[in-house]
Amino acid sequence: MPEPKQPEKLIDDKGVRIDGRRLDQLRPIKLEVGILDKADGSAYIEQGKNKILVGVYGPREAHPKHIALPDRAVLRCRYRMAPFSVDERKNPAPSRREMELSKVIRESLESVVLTDLYPRTTIDVFIEVLQSDGGSRCAGITAASLALADAGIPMRELVAACAVGKIQGHMALDLSDAEDKYGEADLPVAWVPNANLVTLLQMDGILTTNEFEKGLTMALDACKTIHGMQQEALKKKYLVIKEVAEEREETEVVA
Amino acid sequence: MSFTPQLPPVAKLEQKTVIDLVANGKRIDDRAADSYRPLHIQVGLIEKANGSAQVSLGKSKVLVGIKIETGTPFPDTPDEGVLTVNAELGPLASPLFETGPPSEQAIELARVIDRGIRESKAVDMKSLVLLKGKKVQVVFVDIYILDHDGNLIDAASIAALAALASAKLLKAELKGDEVVYKPGLHPLPLNNHPVAVTFAKVGKTIVVDPVLEEEQVMNARLTVTIEKNGNICAMQKGGLSGFTQDELKAVVHLAVQKAAENRAKILAAAKG
Amino acid sequence: MVIVAEPKQVVAPGELLAEGDHVLGDNSFKVGTKIFSACIGIFEVDGNRVTVVPLKGGYFPRVGDLVGGRIVDVGLSGWTVDIRAPYEAMLPASETPGPRGPRRRDLSESFDVGDMVLSQVLAFDRTRDPLLTVKGPGLGKISTGRVVEISAAKIPRLIGRKGSMISMLKRETGCQITVGQNGVVMVWGKSPENERVAVEAIYMVEREAHTRGLTDRIREMIAKSNVVGEVARTQTA
Repeated sequence: MPEPKQPEKLIDDKGVRIDGRRLDQLRPIKLEVGILDKADGSAYIEQGKNKILVGVYGPREAHPKHIALPDRAVLRCRYRMAPFSVDERKNPAPSRREMELSKVIRESLESVVLTDLYPRTTIDVFIEVLQSDGGSRCAGITAASLALADAGIPMRELVAACAVGKIQGHMALDLSDAEDKYGEADLPVAWVPNANLVTLLQMDGILTTNEFEKGLTMALDACKTIHGMQQEALKKKYLVIKEVAEEREETEVVA
Repeated sequence: MSFTPQLPPVAKLEQKTVIDLVANGKRIDDRAADSYRPLHIQVGLIEKANGSAQVSLGKSKVLVGIKIETGTPFPDTPDEGVLTVNAELGPLASPLFETGPPSEQAIELARVIDRGIRESKAVDMKSLVLLKGKKVQVVFVDIYILDHDGNLIDAASIAALAALASAKLLKAELKGDEVVYKPGLHPLPLNNHPVAVTFAKVGKTIVVDPVLEEEQVMNARLTVTIEKNGNICAMQKGGLSGFTQDELKAVVHLAVQKAAENRAKILAAAKG
Repeated sequence: MVIVAEPKQVVAPGELLAEGDHVLGDNSFKVGTKIFSACIGIFEVDGNRVTVVPLKGGYFPRVGDLVGGRIVDVGLSGWTVDIRAPYEAMLPASETPGPRGPRRRDLSESFDVGDMVLSQVLAFDRTRDPLLTVKGPGLGKISTGRVVEISAAKIPRLIGRKGSMISMLKRETGCQITVGQNGVVMVWGKSPENERVAVEAIYMVEREAHTRGLTDRIREMIAKSNVVGEVARTQTA
């Protein structure tokens, strides 16, 4: 697929972005939980054009054995982009970027999983980016924490993540591909609400310290919104079964 | 695949000592929370490199060599030179390092340094073009860790900037298809001077320039790279836990101050 | 002491359940005076005790558990058994009934790779893999009937309050059912059809574990299938 051309302006005179959003507006987010059969837990997220599938296995026996830890479970994480997920085919060999992101994503999740309950085991998180748009690492974290919860793994809370960036001199929430590419800075953030900790923070581009502070506040506000959506999506899976089953009961009683 | 690293080879008693000291406003090597270890920068040690710098930050030792060669540009940036940053955490530097393909720690280190240089547009990439889309100069920044006593990111960042700032190259021109070098060295054009400042959260306290003992007990780590105008040009959080919003705000402001102090030392050393 | 979340409802990890001096039940944890849920599950309040009954999750061994397992390796002094836990279990030859002594038997004659055994967890802690025994009534190799594997988190629901669900299942399907705590359920019926209906009912419990009126719905489902249970039901018009 040919790369889309650089837009003339990322923000128009009325302060509207190329996809019609305001500066503080998220892209549409769709979350689904428990969509894989074999994985112990799974989740799917669409955020803008991002389409990301996460599968979780575990706690299970550690392989190879030497990576096991005596007092806690090892959390393993792989962030991967499908070759067809980007405009120009991505080489399927793991890139340095994927290795780095696997590490920072794992570190963003470590503090919420109650790993000390399962010594000598592993909990595996596989993040497959099927289609990539801006902010795929954050969308991946949002979905990964849902997949962990769906696997029934004890955890302190769900982790929500969202990026902010700077486009045409303005701080803007949840950058799309073009905004990330042609914008001035990108600041992905993951947040653990109850503990009030930022567990992923990266930045590239140029930001003043004031812009950083403003951006961080915007990102954390968005994380709060996303966190609400996560809880809803997680419960929805069970509420739907409940409604269907209980409705069937009612119709049977009537019949 | 990234997995939870093994436990540090430190007894719990020693870990407690480090944490307790920091909680009481002291540190294991008798520093203030906001002060760096002694910093020594020596440039030009490697004559065959275009630029080089050896930095010791306390007992941590890092050597960076710059090689500049002719190559082809990336298709999406035909009018820019190429910058490549690579890091080796070789087994001579620490019993924690092993031979083999680069570890995720090495990849992260190289990418954080790369981000600082690239995002601040430190190297004048346009000046490296010999023939647009065909031939450019490629700047290789190779980071060699010699001794690991903590905070390799800052030591590497300082060494990389010192090496770049002292790098010299022959003037190259294109005659037909041939690259011709003219006699006389000129300095590598630099537009900016990014400096990484790394913090560790030990217990509930944040310290700058963590020594290895502190890194082994830290909850989380944050690197903030500051460019010459005092703006942030790269950030990277590491470690198993995180920071509060207030902590992040405080750390960023301290980073601006510390980066300015270190930048002055680096540029003075690079001038020789 | 305040109960914050609504009892009997689905809660997510990190959701505030209660504040104060409650007794912490399974899958809850405390930060300061606040008690949170540690998993997706149903919030239960029993007197002063707050618990989250998980809706998902694998098996974690406890001493005394009855578990179904598959032999995955035969060694010189015992067997390695997959009991669907994060740890491989060991069944030592000394924990099997029958003659033992200096004369070494070929262990595969007793249990071979692929055999299903019903066993009990004899020992297990954080540092050692689970140790099993098949000494005891009803324990040992399973060579007849059907084996169903469901999520271990759903086993309490399959058993039901004071065994209500499982007794109903046995009665209505006319099957003998043994429930392993690890989610392995063994079913023996008088005909393959009886077994099929029982298996279907077990899967239904797994799927709809958190819904109201489940016992009645399952009874209905079995009734529709026309299998004859222990006591022939009276025909209704």
